[in-house]
Amino acid sequence: MKEEFATALEKSLVSCHSCHLVSKATAIHGKGEMICPRCGSVLHQRKPRSLSRTWALVIAAFIFYIPANVLPITKVTSLGHAQSDTIISGVIYFIQTGMWPIALIIFTASIFVPLAKLLILSFLLISVDRKWQWRPRDRTRLYRITEAIGRWSMTDVYVVTILVALVRLGALANVEAEPGAIFFAAVVVTTMFAAMSFDPRLIWDAMETDHE
Amino acid sequence: MKAPLTIACHECDLLYELPPLPERSVAKCCRCGAVLQRHKRDSLDRTLAWTIAGLILFVVANAFPFLDLKKGDLVRQTTLITGVMELYQQGMRSVAVLVFLTSILFPAVQLAGLLYLLLPLKVKLLPWWKPASVFRFIQRIHPWAMMEVFMVGILVSMVKLGKLAKVVPGIAIYSFAILIFVLAAAASSMDPHLIWDRLEIDR
Repeated sequence: MKEEFATALEKSLVSCHSCHLVSKATAIHGKGEMICPRCGSVLHQRKPRSLSRTWALVIAAFIFYIPANVLPITKVTSLGHAQSDTIISGVIYFIQTGMWPIALIIFTASIFVPLAKLLILSFLLISVDRKWQWRPRDRTRLYRITEAIGRWSMTDVYVVTILVALVRLGALANVEAEPGAIFFAAVVVTTMFAAMSFDPRLIWDAMETDHE
Repeated sequence: MKAPLTIACHECDLLYELPPLPERSVAKCCRCGAVLQRHKRDSLDRTLAWTIAGLILFVVANAFPFLDLKKGDLVRQTTLITGVMELYQQGMRSVAVLVFLTSILFPAVQLAGLLYLLLPLKVKLLPWWKPASVFRFIQRIHPWAMMEVFMVGILVSMVKLGKLAKVVPGIAIYSFAILIFVLAAAASSMDPHLIWDRLEIDR
């Protein structure tokens, strides 16, 4: 845009993460921290150690993603016959019984979204680390999408919860949760934390330094 | 009426002096496209109304039968919290805690917290105990309140169980379904800038 536009960082200002009040980046507190005068949050010009934190969470989530998909998430016992289901076998079951809209929901929420999120975050991390100038607006949009879709991965955790609650018909049918559910929940939580710890302003910082 | 508001884009850090927004308008960052601020009509009243409606629905959703499963003479009755307790008893404690927080506790805290803040503000008083911390906490847990995702889980489970047995929805599930829209309405009618302003002025 025009010359008069500047970032808060350039003007030695800092915007509060929780209440968005812009204040001078000099109000140093006792411990060397800046505190927001309005809401009392600790202020940071950029999220602290955003890159290493996000990388750590992304890598952890990649690791959890494997047992989450390999291990069974539920065990159905029906008339003495037990069957364990993984996320993928659940999707296949829905396809085979012709319930493809449900299959699509589960596949998108449980398999596609977490993986897409991890790949996008990795891409963003690399792009920031290498100070790429490529399409910052689109990369910011990509980040926004990542942040918004993550919660929908919880669907399968809730399905397990409801099945476990409902299917208690004694010998006739019983559903139990299996360890895969723990890893799957861990994937959802770590990817959400990863998206939160990434600071999209870093994408734009790379642009600033080059223009000067 | 109001002085221009100094604001930095939360996604790209560009500084703006925002004048008061006209009705139904949205201010977007011209560099990255993030929404900076949205004009909200009667924000305080509307949010308060939705919050009260939400609290009533929340109580109904938790107190009444949620889903029943019928197969011949066998009937299994559940409420919203049954699944959490079952998971806990099966040793899936971390999952049980996660489900409890995201589908019951956080939505409840959010609604109760909003009522605690908005009711005094409505009558031009300041909430007596740490209003800033309460509001900060509510905003922090907001991404973790996932009732609408739970609803999708309910629909998937109902379809999944449809062939095994008869699933009978209870009163709670209807109020739960309405609650999702009420929560969304409360969130979209809330103007955080306005609330922070009021909390600051009154201090």
